[in-house]
Parts: sequence; C-alpha cells; structure tokens
Amino acid sequence: MEKLELYVPRLIQKKEKFAPGHRACVGCGEALAIRQTFKALGNNIIVVNATGCAEIFTGQLPVSSWEVAWIHTLFENTAAVASGVEAAYKVLRRKGSPLPANTKIIAIGGDGGTSDIGLQALSGAMERGHDFTYICFDNEAYMNTGIQRSSSTPFGAMTTTSPVGKKSIGKFSWKKNMPEIAVAHNIPYVATATHSYPFDLMAKVKKATEMPGPAYVHVLSVCPTGWRSANDTIIRQGRLAVETGVFPLFEVVNGEYKITVDVPKLRPVKDYLKIQGRFRHLSDENIAKIQARVELEYQKLLEKANHGGQKTKRSS
Amino acid sequence: MTTRIGIEVSIAVADAVQLCNADVVAAYPITPQTHIVEHLAELVANGELDAEYIPVESEHSAMSACLGSAATGARTFTATSSQGLVLMDEVLFVASGMRLPIVMAVANRALSSPLSIWGDHSDVMSVRDTGWIQIFVENGQQAVDNTICAFRIAEDNRVLLPTMIHLDGFNLTHVIEPIIMPEESEVAKFLPPNKFPLPLNPDKPVAMGSFAAPGIFIEAKWAQEQNMKASKKVIMEVWNEFYKAFGRQYLPVEKYKSDGAKVLILTMGSFSETASVAVDELIDEGKDVGQVRLRLWRPFPFDEFRQAVKDADVLVVLDRAVSVGGPAGPVASEVKSALYNLAKKPKVVSFIAGLGGRDITVKGFKDIITKGIEIARTGSKNEYEIYGVRE
Ligand SMILES: Cc1ncc(C[n+]2csc(CCOP(=O)(O)OP(=O)(O)O)c2C)c(N)n1
Ligand code: SF4
Ligand SMILES: [Mg+2]
Repeated sequence: MEKLELYVPRLIQKKEKFAPGHRACVGCGEALAIRQTFKALGNNIIVVNATGCAEIFTGQLPVSSWEVAWIHTLFENTAAVASGVEAAYKVLRRKGSPLPANTKIIAIGGDGGTSDIGLQALSGAMERGHDFTYICFDNEAYMNTGIQRSSSTPFGAMTTTSPVGKKSIGKFSWKKNMPEIAVAHNIPYVATATHSYPFDLMAKVKKATEMPGPAYVHVLSVCPTGWRSANDTIIRQGRLAVETGVFPLFEVVNGEYKITVDVPKLRPVKDYLKIQGRFRHLSDENIAKIQARVELEYQKLLEKANHGGQKTKRSS
Repeated sequence: MTTRIGIEVSIAVADAVQLCNADVVAAYPITPQTHIVEHLAELVANGELDAEYIPVESEHSAMSACLGSAATGARTFTATSSQGLVLMDEVLFVASGMRLPIVMAVANRALSSPLSIWGDHSDVMSVRDTGWIQIFVENGQQAVDNTICAFRIAEDNRVLLPTMIHLDGFNLTHVIEPIIMPEESEVAKFLPPNKFPLPLNPDKPVAMGSFAAPGIFIEAKWAQEQNMKASKKVIMEVWNEFYKAFGRQYLPVEKYKSDGAKVLILTMGSFSETASVAVDELIDEGKDVGQVRLRLWRPFPFDEFRQAVKDADVLVVLDRAVSVGGPAGPVASEVKSALYNLAKKPKVVSFIAGLGGRDITVKGFKDIITKGIEIARTGSKNEYEIYGVRE
C-alpha cells in the first residue's frame, strides 16, 4: 500500500468528469464517491440526479460541475425520470436517431431520495426492468435540509429530528436495509461500496452499468458535517464501517452473494462509533445492542455468501 | 378520402396519438381515462405504434417519466384524470419550467372527497397555474383534432411548453361519436418531426434543471411567461394550418349567436353543446341571449374574450368547480378580473353546477340563464350561486 501513488495513476484515468469548484463541505464523502464513480464511467452516460446535497453542490444556474449529460428534476422521482430517459433513448435509437450507441443511464440520489420518498419510483423502475443503474449515496440522513433522520439513519444516531433527550437516545429504529430491498426485486446486480475502497467502488459501478437491466449500488458516503466528526477522517470512518461489519462490502450477481472485501475478524463497533459525534451519547448497553445486531446481520450475510460454516469471530 | 366512423372518443384520442407517431407513452390508469391508455398499450403491443409504453407505478412517476422522455427528445404522451392529475401536480410545474413539450389528455373528473368518478372541472382548476397550455374540447372530433394540434403547438421551438387537452370524463371519453379520423399521410404532412433543441445527448452534454439562486430565478420565470404569451400566436397559426389542411376551424373563444346579444352564457367543455340548445330555445321564446365558449384556457385569450362580450349587459358564467369560500367559481373569477378595468363591461353572474357528474339539462341551462338575468338586475347577497342543490 505504500506504493499506492506509483500505480494508482495507471489504474485510474486522470481526467475528471466531475469538475472541481463545487460547493460541498470540506471533506465531503459524497463528493469524493461521486468523483470516483464518474471517473469509472466515462462520457457515454446520461445522469439523472435527485434533489439533495449532490444536486445542490454541483449545479447552480448558470454553472455546473458536470461534464456529462445531466438532468435534475425533483427529489422523489429520479428512477421514474431515468425510466423515461431510458425508454426515449431506446425508441429514438430504434427509429434511427443519431444518439451514440450503448449509452448508460445512471440515476443518483441520497438515502432520503432512495430509501424514503423515492422508494416507490425506484421499486417500480426496478420491477419494470429498465436498463439503468441506480446509485444511492448514503450519508445516513437528510443532509441537504440540515441533518434530519431518514430510514437509513442508523439506530442511536442523533439527528435534528431524532434528537437526544431525557426520553430519547437518538434514532429509535434500525437502519432500513436498502440493498436487500433491491435484491428482493430480483435484478441482475446489487452491490455495496464506499469511497474508502475506491477500486472496489469503481469496479462495482462499472460492472453495474455493464449488466443489462436494472442495477443498484449502495454507497456509504461519510458526511463529516452531519455525523459530527472530523473532516479529515472520512477515509478512516469508511474503512472502520467495513472493518467493524457495520457496512459490509458485497455484491449480488444474479442472486449470488459475494463478499468483495473480506473481514476475517471484525473490529468492535465501538471503534467506529466513538469517532462520530452523532453517537457520543450512547451508553455501553446501547453499544452492546448495536454490536449484537451487527454480528447477527453480518452472520446472515456470510450465510448468503455461502460462507455458512464459519461463524463471525468475536471482536477482541 | 376521409370518412366519418362511429368510434368511442377515448379510442379515437389514442388513435390520434398513434397517427402522430408518439415515441413514448407513460401512463397510470384511472377512470375515466383508462380506455385511452389501454388502447395505446394495445397499439404498442400489436406493433401498430412503434413506441415505448411505460406502465409506471403512479401518476407522479408517469409525469416524471415524461420529463425524462421529452428531455431526451422523444415525442411524449400521457393521459390522466382527477386524483391522478393532482398527484402529478408537483411534476407539472417542472415540465413547464423546464420547457418540455409533453402532451397530455385529461379526462376531467371531480376530486375526492367524497370520492366520485364522474365529471366536473375541479381537477383542471387545481392545475390552472402549472404553466401548461390548456385547451378545452367539446366533442370527439375536437378531441382528435386538438390532440394532433397539441403536438405541433407544444413541440414548436418558439413554444416548447407542455400542453393539456381537457375532455370531459364519461360525457366525452365513454361515448361513441361519428368522427372523421385524418389519414396518416395527412397528419405526417401537418405535424413535422419533433426537433427538441437541446436534448440529453452524451455527444453534446447539457446540464438541465439546475437550481436558481434569487439572482436568476425571476429571470427564468419571466422567460417562461414571455413564451407562454408568445405561444398564442403559434396556437392560432397551428389552428389556421389545421383548418387549411382538414377544414375544421378552432378559435380561442368561440361564439354562438352572441353577436349583439345582451345576455351571454359562458361555458367550457362538453356541456357547451347542451347550453347551445338552451340558447336556441330562449331565442325562440324571444329572449336576447347568446353563448361564448372558452376553448383556450391557458394562455387566457384576453383580447378575443373582451371582444366577444363587449356589447353584452349580462354575462352568466358556468363553473363546474367550486373555490370553497372564494369570490366566485374559478372561471368567473378570471373573467371578472379580465373585465374589471374596462369602462364598459357586462355584469358577471357566477353559477356553479354540474359537480361530480350531475347533469345540467337544457331546462337547467334555461333556468340558469333566466336566474342570471334576474340576479344581474336585483343583485344577490351571494358571491356565487350553486344551482340544482336539494337542500
Ligand atoms: C417533495 C419534497 N419534499 C422535501 C424536500 C426537501 N428536501 C430537499 S433535499 C432533502 C433531503 C435529501 O436527503 P438525501 O436524499 O439523503 O440526500 P443528501 O442531501 O443527504 O445527500 C429534502 C428533505 C423536497 N425537495 N421535495
Ligand atoms: S452536508 Fe454532508 S453530504 Fe452534504 S455537502 Fe456537507 S459533507 Fe457533503
Ligand atoms: Mg442523505
């Protein structure tokens, strides 16, 4: 890994599709994940962007960070707009329009735009089988409107609408398992990724677009502003999410699960929680509850990935 | 060449969309729009229309898919009604703000609650300010003709605005009428290919739908407003061309025995034909009455409207929607404000009737006109009258 700077430029194209000069917060994981994603995808794409941080920090009339064809309309309809783009592209090509061949339709949205308000539109588009890739940049809350909880906010996290108080420990319910919801649609490709494993992320988004039919990639994107954590630690936070089993990296190809970043021995979740202000208030008891849940979920995933026999090793 | 056939109006509208060679249809079923989209699905399934039919999971997604389709440069159609139209509301504003030439047939129907599948204009009136061109039709022939005109109007690069065709649910959608279906070759001659100026194309990337800070928002809205105003000229041009090609004429405000009449009734949609019969009978009884019919609802045809009513003393306005607690029926309110600053203007009497599919008979219209004349003379403590209620 020390030689990283020597071989990375040979693996990743230098040219940016996502121009610098955008207005994301310093250390924004979503901006980094988007940058990596679009380095991997090239020019022959049409991007459909949901309302949220990414849309706001990349495009204000009359400027834009996007060097590719891009459209934003609303918050909850991104997968439906992408359906229309895909259908139009298909029929216009069929009727002889000069649009380029093999254009990939990419829909992107935040966790709110994906797992809450846009879930119906996404479910519909996946069920209909449009040839498109949906990428959710999950920063685990509605960040654009000021850190309100979403269904993707983890248990115990403090947000402005799951505040900590005498009668509240922060968010009282567990994070919605969006990748599993995508898997339940029997689509050809589902994957998780994070900016802290850029090669894994780039390989997955590329693979997603190359599969015919709908594909779904769920990208954990650390938000130092909303997570109340230091803005120079986002890579470490993403790595800890994976190393603790909080956010395992896997892909599901035509129903076959595969863990792409193996974690033979999970670190205690406390390592991940303690560097984020949003979990600062949690008692040991609550942390133990989270630990048990993470292990249970990780075990379920291992079983699906056919690692069935081996139990997760307890953290030391 | 062209023969009149007996055909259900919904089927004829779908056939008109086929004649226009639409590329994408995205729709969600709702009574009384269903026959339009079912027939389109069938035409696509049989290969009689080379289009993509997107069976979306809601009207919100129907209109959203239309945004994506129109932005990619495809000729795009949808149809809805009532609850479906108001579920689309958010997206309708985006379609016009982004200048996407979508054509939509609206089978006008009441809004819940109480739930009603029957016709009135509450759905139309709730989307009045969405920035769409809106055209009312009164019979099946008009529905077919104006569907064809709508594509040409919407897609004209001087306009680029989404366009709604309003046809009354059941009273029009579910009746069989004698209709002349234009020939495919004639339509092809009349309707040029869709040339959307800046489509989503990886070879020539554009960013569409960026947000606007206060320093630019009002300019964007102003540009939209300018275009809506300017669209009137193109609408007239298209109707004129249509008249030359097919021999049927359409005008923003249509008049029936209204020249010189002292009392006028203003109507929209399919009930207009019943009102015309009432006008005939009243004339036979010696009354000085006539009728004006609003075809173009947006952009509102101020000049033609003022011209049409300038000599009248009384203008009775029929609204098939109610603005509960408001100043008058929605159409009457607009008409009043269009006349307010004129030195000479008729007295406007607002009547609300025909809600939720309640019929207005010839006798009903005669009653409304007669009562309207009376109210204009004596005045009323009510801002508007609701006709035909069993209290
Ligand atoms: C219909 C609608 N409801 C609410 C909003 C306000 N809103 C804009 S962005 C946003 C939250 C976005 O959250 P998420 O999708 O997680 O993206 P993030 O900003 O966190 O990247 C909300 C609630 C809206 N634009 N539209
Ligand atoms: S709030 Fe979070 S996601 Fe949004 S720009 Fe800032 S760091 Fe990025
Ligand atoms: Mg978010």
